Amino acid sequence: MYAIDIQGLTKRYGNILAVDHLTLRAEEGELLSLLGVNGAGKTTTVKLLSCLTRPTEGDAYLLGKSIRHNPSAVKSLIAVSPQETAVAFGLTAKENLELICGVHGFSRSKRDRKITELTELLGLEHILNRKAGKLSGGWQRRLSIAMALVSEPKILFLDEPTLGLDVLARSDLWDIVRALKGKVTVILTTHYMEEAEALSDRVAIMRDGRLLVCDTPQGIKAAAGTDDFEQAFIRTVKEVGA
Amino acid sequence: MRMLTFAGRNAKEILRDPLTLLFGLGFPLILLLLLSAIQANIPVSLFEIQSLAPGITVFGLSFITLFSATVLAKDRSSSLLQRLYTTPLTPVDFILGYTLPILPMALAQTALCYAAALLLGLDLTVNILLAVLLNLPVSLLFISLGLLFGSILNEKQVGGICGALLTNLTAWLSGIWFDLELVGGVFQRMAHALPFYHAVELARAALTGQYGEILPHLWWVAGYAIVCTAAAILLFLRQMRRQ
Repeated sequence: MYAIDIQGLTKRYGNILAVDHLTLRAEEGELLSLLGVNGAGKTTTVKLLSCLTRPTEGDAYLLGKSIRHNPSAVKSLIAVSPQETAVAFGLTAKENLELICGVHGFSRSKRDRKITELTELLGLEHILNRKAGKLSGGWQRRLSIAMALVSEPKILFLDEPTLGLDVLARSDLWDIVRALKGKVTVILTTHYMEEAEALSDRVAIMRDGRLLVCDTPQGIKAAAGTDDFEQAFIRTVKEVGA
Repeated sequence: MRMLTFAGRNAKEILRDPLTLLFGLGFPLILLLLLSAIQANIPVSLFEIQSLAPGITVFGLSFITLFSATVLAKDRSSSLLQRLYTTPLTPVDFILGYTLPILPMALAQTALCYAAALLLGLDLTVNILLAVLLNLPVSLLFISLGLLFGSILNEKQVGGICGALLTNLTAWLSGIWFDLELVGGVFQRMAHALPFYHAVELARAALTGQYGEILPHLWWVAGYAIVCTAAAILLFLRQMRRQ
């Protein structure tokens, strides 16, 4: 069974076709990046797969559960770290983690165990009792990813996780994402070519809601006839997407 | 349990905001003290403590809308709600989670206003308890207005609409600061068609033991509270679907 099996997924907002008959699959434990320029349909695809919006046509199956017919079962399998920092600013980092444990119905002992585990995994020890609103952008993103991992998701959506971060904070987050590979299926949306190339098992390039190509970074470079991934992306978008 | 966790978080967010203490408690108490001082020097029947205190409690509740709308608008802008929509929380959990923690705050605010009024000479009677309880539908009205505005406005707009416009509407159209009959005409008819005047008269009737006067005003307030709560639920669900 595929972790994600997207079949002709389409989302229309009025006259705008945000996602156009997208068909794509991801294996369990794979890190698949969705890459594209603004308006390519990456974020809408994540919203569709995480049941935040309903498809106009088509369906997608997450570990066999339909986003159209069984969204509550899908929600129990996934977690999302949205594009904007999705933390409660007035709470401490620890209270943010407790909030997510609580809304997932964890017992007190499970909650404490999970917070200890995630604190170690993401190196949150020093900021645990600081208010989320006072943390730097990099720490807020780390906390946001920790909150997404609370529910032990089988599939994790990371929507532009390093947007606006400095080089060091981005490098730290890359290490965290690498550590997740093989354990969780990760769908990563990004604008950054080097990020997609460094982290992904496969990259799906989108334009105007359509899938242009889905292959390994090496495969995409070979098909475009260049060693430079950014050039390969540009050629793919201009030539295949034209 | 899930809903209570979410409600607890909302209570923390609101109570940790210094503006809550300033506008929620400080401002109504200052007004009560100031107007009582004026009353001591230049007696005006409208500012007698048994008339003034109920009005101040209702005016204080108008700030509840600001708290309720701000926390929701902030959650929408930070994408926290988007994250929570992918958890097992249901729409009912969200609506109760935003409403329930504010009700005890509203009750506490009303009770503190009356406690201050007691120190300023208000007679201690069981009617105070009735006046506090009858502020519950008024609180629900202001909380639902907060949910309604928080569902459609951003944080900055919430500050303008709820922090400035609504509190001024409550002040002018409620008969707290001046007798509406002195203005009369369209202004008075408009005030009578809106819930703020009825909320103040409801509290005054309860406090002064004019029980026969309670129901006519309670219907107005309850009617507005029901309509605004229904509208708030619809708008909240609409923004939830649009995420």
